[in-house]
Amino acid sequence: MATEVHTENTDVSDQKLAEEIAGLDALEAHLGTHPSRARRIWTTAWPKLAAIALALGVWQAVVWSGWKEEFVLPGPDKVLPALFELLGDGDFRYAVGITMSRAVTGYILAMLIGSVIGLAVARVKLLRSAVGSLITGLQTMPSIAWFPLAISLFGLTERAIMFVVVLGAAPSIANGLIGGVDHVPPLMVRAGRMVGAKGIGLYRHVILPAALPTYIGGLKQGWAFAWRSLMAGELLVILANRPSIGDQLQFARELARSQQMLAIMIVILIIGIIVDTIFGRADVAIRRRWGLIDPAT
Amino acid sequence: MTITAPRVDTTTAISLRGVSKAFGHGGNAVVALEGINLDVARGEFVCLVGASGCGKSTSLNLIAGLDRPTVGDVAVHGRTALMFQEAALFPWLTVRDNVALPMRLAGKGRAERHRRAEELLESVHLGGQGGRRPHELSGGMRQRAALARALAQDAEILLMDEPFGALDAMTRDLLHDELEQVWSSTGLTIVFVTHNVREAARLSDRIVLLTSLPGRVADEFPVAIARPRRIDSPEVMGLAAAVTDRLRAEVRRHSDDPHGN
Repeated sequence: MATEVHTENTDVSDQKLAEEIAGLDALEAHLGTHPSRARRIWTTAWPKLAAIALALGVWQAVVWSGWKEEFVLPGPDKVLPALFELLGDGDFRYAVGITMSRAVTGYILAMLIGSVIGLAVARVKLLRSAVGSLITGLQTMPSIAWFPLAISLFGLTERAIMFVVVLGAAPSIANGLIGGVDHVPPLMVRAGRMVGAKGIGLYRHVILPAALPTYIGGLKQGWAFAWRSLMAGELLVILANRPSIGDQLQFARELARSQQMLAIMIVILIIGIIVDTIFGRADVAIRRRWGLIDPAT
Repeated sequence: MTITAPRVDTTTAISLRGVSKAFGHGGNAVVALEGINLDVARGEFVCLVGASGCGKSTSLNLIAGLDRPTVGDVAVHGRTALMFQEAALFPWLTVRDNVALPMRLAGKGRAERHRRAEELLESVHLGGQGGRRPHELSGGMRQRAALARALAQDAEILLMDEPFGALDAMTRDLLHDELEQVWSSTGLTIVFVTHNVREAARLSDRIVLLTSLPGRVADEFPVAIARPRRIDSPEVMGLAAAVTDRLRAEVRRHSDDPHGN
């Protein structure tokens, strides 16, 4: 009899505890509100549109000032039609395709090499003291300085271009991974060890995921270096039957077709910005998932 | 007045014999623990209490096997899980995956992990919250998720390093009830480090008072107060006052001896 009463009391107090906890949780839960999609797009778009308008305005003003002849420095009114004509041109799109396939191949290679080296350097103390600062040194080396060596090693070939693209991008990617691994909060590692992660498991489940944001930063910077190296390479290494954005730019200059030259430069800029935006999006998505961004912003 | 039957059985879960721990070498060495003897019985709830520098966290690290004693023997019978002041949940995983990670590392199947994680979340009143991210939870909810993750390790011994130190009083009170419930339903052995004397009197079967620099066992207080307890009950407050007086006496000894030597 007495036991039954006791059990009932326990049930009642359990129930009460559950309700109290649920109540407190509800009071403390985040109440995030999201602005409408259209509004969000507009908020991020208008400063960019304003900046473009400003740049076009300054450019047009320089042209109107008569600083250079218009056939040397045409204004946006001449270049923008040339840009649209270029985008409609099948040959140019083919050249863009070749450039992009080089960029993707070179970048993927750089990613593989950079990640393997980065992981090795992050893990092995001896490697770190041996080549850690060398990687940073390579990162600051202008990629164009590699071309004489690349051309004497591989001649005027695709491989010479790849060589320089990989050397341009891999150090940044490796450094991103090293930095990420270095800055994993010690508490995360401790918690990981405590739940039973060790050796490779600790890397797979704790250290590498924790290093991801910094690694993405390295990938983003690596892309910028790869793209620069590729453009430098395509200006120098011009191959027969392999039209590319770089050689189109070179030809436009040689033929004194200034509108076309500037239009191609705009294409290079836009491709760079698009890819950079993709990396930026990935970065923001991760940080939002992790709660590193105030939901109100 | 009813007194609950002692649930402590005779087998020891943890035994520290003449344990000392020093950090650094030679003249710069800091002695964190000196000649500690401590036995914790299976199923017992022990609180380690002391002022700053009493080596509370060092003792937990030794028991958890994260560190080794300079001198002495540490015998631990059973697997240990450790909880920190910060929940230390992994932000790249959902709450459910955080709880499931220890089981994943132990090589358990996906379906079993999922089922058990939901069960554990249910037991800490986080049922249905498993799909959320750690940052979407309040501090108290995060600590409960961390408790569920610790329980997922199937440990017999739970080590807690000031786990509720950063929470507000209301949340802490509820978590005390929660922890007591989990403890009484699982038969875990718990070693709980705190500087909050009332918290110790509220929760434990026995309070072990440590001195500071070097850390030694200064005194032990059995807590013979019927459960369930309230932190503001006269019995709990009375015992807390007695422990506090003893703690203050210990701290006073350091006033004319700033280096603790």
